[in-house]
Amino acid sequence: MLDRATETSADETTRRVRFRGAGFVPASSRFGGWIALALVIAIWQAAGSARLVNPLFLPAPSAIVRAIYELAMSGALWQHLSASLLRIGVGWLLGTAAGVVVGFAIGLSRLARSVGITFISALFPIPKIALLPLLILWLGIGEEPKIATIALGVFFSTAISVYSGVDAVPRNLIRMAQSFNVPFATIVRKVVWPGALPAVLAGFRITASVALLLVVSAEMIGAQFGIGAFVLQAGNLMQTDQLLAGVVILSVFGLAVGKVIGWLEVRLLHWR
Amino acid sequence: MDLIANHISHHFGDLAVLDDVSFTVGAGEVVAIVGPSGCGKSTLLSILGGLLLPTSGSPELRGAPPADSLNPLTFVFQDFALLPWATVEENVEFPLLHTQLSATQRRALVEDALRRTGLTDFRKTYPKQLSGGMRQRVGISRALAVKPAILLMDEPLSALDSQTRELLMEDFVRLLADGGMGAVYVTHNLEEAARLADRIVVLSRRPGRIREVVAVPMTRTERGDIAAREQLLALQNQIWSLIRNEAIDAEREVQHA
Repeated sequence: MLDRATETSADETTRRVRFRGAGFVPASSRFGGWIALALVIAIWQAAGSARLVNPLFLPAPSAIVRAIYELAMSGALWQHLSASLLRIGVGWLLGTAAGVVVGFAIGLSRLARSVGITFISALFPIPKIALLPLLILWLGIGEEPKIATIALGVFFSTAISVYSGVDAVPRNLIRMAQSFNVPFATIVRKVVWPGALPAVLAGFRITASVALLLVVSAEMIGAQFGIGAFVLQAGNLMQTDQLLAGVVILSVFGLAVGKVIGWLEVRLLHWR
Repeated sequence: MDLIANHISHHFGDLAVLDDVSFTVGAGEVVAIVGPSGCGKSTLLSILGGLLLPTSGSPELRGAPPADSLNPLTFVFQDFALLPWATVEENVEFPLLHTQLSATQRRALVEDALRRTGLTDFRKTYPKQLSGGMRQRVGISRALAVKPAILLMDEPLSALDSQTRELLMEDFVRLLADGGMGAVYVTHNLEEAARLADRIVVLSRRPGRIREVVAVPMTRTERGDIAAREQLLALQNQIWSLIRNEAIDAEREVQHA
């Protein structure tokens, strides 16, 4: 009977079934992105060198690189960068620590959930930078209000991603642990925490960019040093090469943080 | 140690799921619970294992569990419930971590449980690397590690393909033969029930009531023989005739819901 499949009747020719499963699976090529970036920078540089663009509005990449080099040599880069990094570091750590604790409480306790979600829903939508003047009144004009603004911004996003992560831990794993009489604290440590970790790390990506946004905004409002203050100053003096140097440094910082979180994900979530 | 279902009824809101279910699982006895889908089989098992509070009635234990039992009532779950971030041996060790056992004692128990389920060579692998059948073996291995008196098995084979199911069923026969371990085996598969159980509790459609308790008149070893096949098939048919009409009704109900 199988032979019939290859038989053709005299008046019918065979034709191939048309392939229609193509597309919708975009694969990113490894070098494509870099080549495109290099191409854009090359065109930008060529336009600058040929004086097609006014360097006051858009300095050429080479001018920006020179500005970064000079900033590094004069020591100004470290002064501004270290001021920003300190604010981000302390603010992010404080906000993350509080956010993780509150997020777990909301995820695990009925009381914390009913109280916590109400407060978070009410306070989360406030742009935290709007609180800076109030925080300056409360905490003075030093580092504290800037750090507090960052910590607040980071806190809410962290708390939300942590309790969503705790909610997403498969209930069957918790039931399994309960069926072996595993105590509450061990269930939290060995089941809930690792189960929530993917959401927690995804939250870190968001809070890192929130922290960067807030540090720059806060420094633009009131700071002598810091990348935000530096960018604003350069803008006021129409030093666009310096301004863009600051922007490039922010971009590199954002990329570096993304890489660190990516590395953490590979290390901690290898089981996925 | 006996496990007793003492007049257990349960409601989910207005929905009555179980109605006055009573039976006893004697020491070392394997009792299967079968019934049309939605008859409350899994709910009953959760209640028996203390994971769900019944609306009325209670699950009870009579007599002392074996002295070395670390968790007399131990579940084997349909979806395996393995920690995906833990290796096979970490999963098996998980229920031992909070006990008073020393690391050496824990290792010995894990070792023995892995050996009995043929997982020794897979100790360092992660659940995602294993087939469904091997994952369930990890679930069984974890259950064996705590030396249960009664295994509470919630459709342990229903997520597996038929060949794997056949192989694991052979494992169950072997495990239940050598340990003096009892089991409550919830299944919708009558072949599994007839192959493994000493008695089969047949539940009616929702709300689940006991329709009949059928004794299987052979030892588990005898049931493996070709000669016994006909007798087992007759038994399956007998049970199927009890639940067939209700299974049809139950299916229609689900479709209308």
